Amino acid sequence: MVTEAQIWAWLGEVPDPEIPVLSLVELGVIRQVDVGQGVLVKITPTYSGCPATSVIKLDIEAKLRENGVENPRLETQISPPWTTDWIKPEAHEKLRAYGIAPPIAGQPHCPLCNSSNTTLISPFGSTPCKSHYKCGDCLEPFDAFKCH
Amino acid sequence: MFEFLLRMGDTTLVLGHRVSEWCGHSPVLEEDIALANIALDMIGQTRMWLGLAGEVEGQGRDADALAFRRDAWDFRNLLLVERPNRDFGHTLMRQFLFDLWHHERLSDLCLSEDDRVAGIAAKCVKEADYHLERSKDLIIRLGDGSAESHQKMQAALEALWPYVGEMFSDDTLDSEMSEAGIAPLPSSQRPRFDKALNTTLALATLTRPENDFAQLGGRSGTHTEDLGHMLATMQFLQRAYPDARW
Ligand SMILES: [Zn+2]
Repeated sequence: MVTEAQIWAWLGEVPDPEIPVLSLVELGVIRQVDVGQGVLVKITPTYSGCPATSVIKLDIEAKLRENGVENPRLETQISPPWTTDWIKPEAHEKLRAYGIAPPIAGQPHCPLCNSSNTTLISPFGSTPCKSHYKCGDCLEPFDAFKCH
Repeated sequence: MFEFLLRMGDTTLVLGHRVSEWCGHSPVLEEDIALANIALDMIGQTRMWLGLAGEVEGQGRDADALAFRRDAWDFRNLLLVERPNRDFGHTLMRQFLFDLWHHERLSDLCLSEDDRVAGIAAKCVKEADYHLERSKDLIIRLGDGSAESHQKMQAALEALWPYVGEMFSDDTLDSEMSEAGIAPLPSSQRPRFDKALNTTLALATLTRPENDFAQLGGRSGTHTEDLGHMLATMQFLQRAYPDARW
């Protein structure tokens, strides 16, 4: 019989559809795994209107079925609400390398040159979880994870 | 309870659709992206409110059925959100007045004695907070901007002002919800709204209209003509091809 640890390990291999350098586990959207009565995975959306949520569910189901889990149950859990505090610390470095400033309180640092001389261009970026900045030193425009 | 949830969900649904009408038409790219993101948040929040409404009703209707298979008179949204977009300043002013109310409303609902309501509110209030920061900032910049932007923002405020009172009007359903500990009376939010509004309007050099006459009816199903036109577009696919799926 499959263990909870095994499920977590598989889910750790599923990339987020919009930020593929992070796994769903690193993003903190997997809230609970239970193997008591069949496999149950509880997922929380990052933003309530995030269009990636349905893709995430599909990817999880595909991953589990590919590993022989029949009829996994996926439930959405909204409470407590997702926060960027749940993004694993090791994921911050991956985000930076990918060109996204990780969520920190205060002014984001440029992911390219690490300058803190950055300006907000728009509070909304390419996805609901990011805002758009530009660097005053290397002039690179970049996305920053909203601290939330 | 069902009606109360419709009031929340229909309001975010109608505003979400209105804001989405800007997609591809905004004055600048950043605003286009911002409006599309706000519309998405609104629709996501709608899914939670109407999803719960369907559950509470217990007649097998899900959020989609409630959104796409009801007529205008079944909608319980605030009149403010069904007002047409008109120009960008008008859209922003509508968003600002809504965000200010919405943020207060959700903050109160986080304390609801109904866990499901409190859970949805806690999820939504973080988004509402972010929306309010943006709309407040833009109201100040455009109000206290050029002569033309100032004049447009003042005109928008005056045109939308008659729809503000409805957000804080109480009826029998509100009393029931308040007694049950589910949601406080809307009127109890007004002082906080006024205070925050006056602060922002002062910074934006805009003048608050004096006449507090309020158009009522949205929350009990009496809507302006504009809602029907909007629904004709929004519901077309599900009306023409019931149960169509992607
Ligand atoms: Zn830089």
